[in-house]
Amino acid sequence: MNEARGVWVLGEQRDGQIHPVSFELLAWGRALADDLGVPLECLIGGHGVVQGANQLIAHGADRVRCLDHRRLGTFRVDSYAQPIEYLIRKHTPEILLAAATTMGRTLMPVLAANLRTGLTADCTELTIDPAERLLLQTRPAIGGNVLATIKTPQHRPQMATVRPKSRRPMPSDESRTGDIVTEFVDERLLDSRVSRLGFTEDLTKGSSIQDAEIVIAGGRGLRTPKRFGELFTIAERLDAVVGASRCAVDQGWVPYAHQVGLSGKSVSPTLYIALGISGSPNHLAGMSSADRIIAVNNDPDAPIFQVANVGIVADLAEFLPAWLERLRSKDEGRGT
Amino acid sequence: MKHILVLVKQVPTTESVRLNEETGTMIRTGSEAAINPLDLHAVEEAVCIKEFAATKVRVTILSMGPPQAESAIRDALAMGCDEGVLLCGQEFAGADTWATAYALVQCMRGLDPIDLVLCGERATDGETGQVGPMVAAMWGVPLLTYVSRLTCGDRGVAAERAVEGGMEEVDCPLPAVVCVLRDLNEPRLPTLHGKVTAHESALTVLNGEAIGADINLLGLRGSPTRVARVIYPSFQRTVELVRVSEQGLDAALDTLELALAAPALKPQERA
Repeated sequence: MNEARGVWVLGEQRDGQIHPVSFELLAWGRALADDLGVPLECLIGGHGVVQGANQLIAHGADRVRCLDHRRLGTFRVDSYAQPIEYLIRKHTPEILLAAATTMGRTLMPVLAANLRTGLTADCTELTIDPAERLLLQTRPAIGGNVLATIKTPQHRPQMATVRPKSRRPMPSDESRTGDIVTEFVDERLLDSRVSRLGFTEDLTKGSSIQDAEIVIAGGRGLRTPKRFGELFTIAERLDAVVGASRCAVDQGWVPYAHQVGLSGKSVSPTLYIALGISGSPNHLAGMSSADRIIAVNNDPDAPIFQVANVGIVADLAEFLPAWLERLRSKDEGRGT
Repeated sequence: MKHILVLVKQVPTTESVRLNEETGTMIRTGSEAAINPLDLHAVEEAVCIKEFAATKVRVTILSMGPPQAESAIRDALAMGCDEGVLLCGQEFAGADTWATAYALVQCMRGLDPIDLVLCGERATDGETGQVGPMVAAMWGVPLLTYVSRLTCGDRGVAAERAVEGGMEEVDCPLPAVVCVLRDLNEPRLPTLHGKVTAHESALTVLNGEAIGADINLLGLRGSPTRVARVIYPSFQRTVELVRVSEQGLDAALDTLELALAAPALKPQERA
């Protein structure tokens, strides 16, 4: 393990186009590689990805390794894991990062299992311990209420998946230079036991609550499905995504995909607006790490106010129509 | 399809989670624990397959944990499973996802041949979602993750995977490991009859030696990762509170607008 050197990130592509999450990974990887004084490499699998490799260099990679093959056009775990494992054993990077997407979270455990090394899921902070030359991997657990820092002292590579949007990409620098290598591997390594039969694009869902910069969430205090529906109007105005408490989901006002909390999704947006949500521990655990929280609730003692920056004690039946009215009059004022 | 194995984990219940009023962090009491909610969907699916199968299908529940984890296995049995196995012993303590998957697979090799392994996509406590995929890799079988719909045949399974931007349709031969999402089904409630039967069903407790494991690969000793530190961040804030009953609607709306217009407190940039 002592010879293991270099930082690798696993880029992602969709239909041959480099996915922006790859640039976030490069930003993380660049900082680590600089601290360690080693090169940063990006390994990307796909079909036609060589064309995009320059973008990966421009965003911080010193070398891009392309696994470019028509059989790698869409992610299948076997066809990706086998050649990637082969390349890792051959080049022995000390750190391997991937995005905590459905691809990264499927591929990385398989690689870690076969490479007999440690893997930390969903990291939001990565640093180097200079004394031990170890990767410190920090991740929220129990809905963000605990931050655990994990290390992999003896095994290589040190592996982590990184939560998307936890770091901004570096600006593209076209003057950067680097190697672009096309990797050729034994065709048999591309075999997959899983066959992909089709794909149905989901056009209705819009962006997910976990990716949103602003979340506007509603709960029991809205009292009617119609009033809950108004949140979508406001969300559009604020460029926000609608979230919900478990109660609102249980009432059938909105599908489960919108549920925030331990029993739903954990979110960490720049702004979280809680309307008619009292703030059960289950809910607070999924949103209290937001940068700023605004809460509107009729009970001044509601726990949500303990984590909020700004609180408004009001009945939503009165407050929400007034807010909508004010938004509308603004529109008219602007002549739109 | 003759034998389905469902992996379950005992986790603290969300209802038993309370917040420390001073720090705003979670207090977890050891006594209140239940089967991981997502695992219930895996159990439900296994029981459904069993009920609709033309031939006899057996469902085994496998868990690793302290002696109390037996109650999580009994809960699963009460839904209509046949037997339970609990990996229990000091040698398993402190296992990370690698060492957990190793122990589970080592145990699986000693059971009757397994056609299908089902598990929840992740547990509500650790939230890593790594053990299922690691089990597939170590066991050497195909893996399907993020499964929201499953159809079983004699030799293979077809599934829908909920991935970014849509639904992927896939199939693979058996045996396989399938990690399931909540959308898959609606777990049944255990019946009184089920609870009684569950109490009487066979539950085997196995230690590291019984599963023929390499002791150096179990528990903390076998874990490649170490927890360097744990911090409990406080999210308690001093709230600026406006009451409509005292200050009126307009003042409240003004406050709201000011708050909405305020610049971000902490840009996500981590230089």
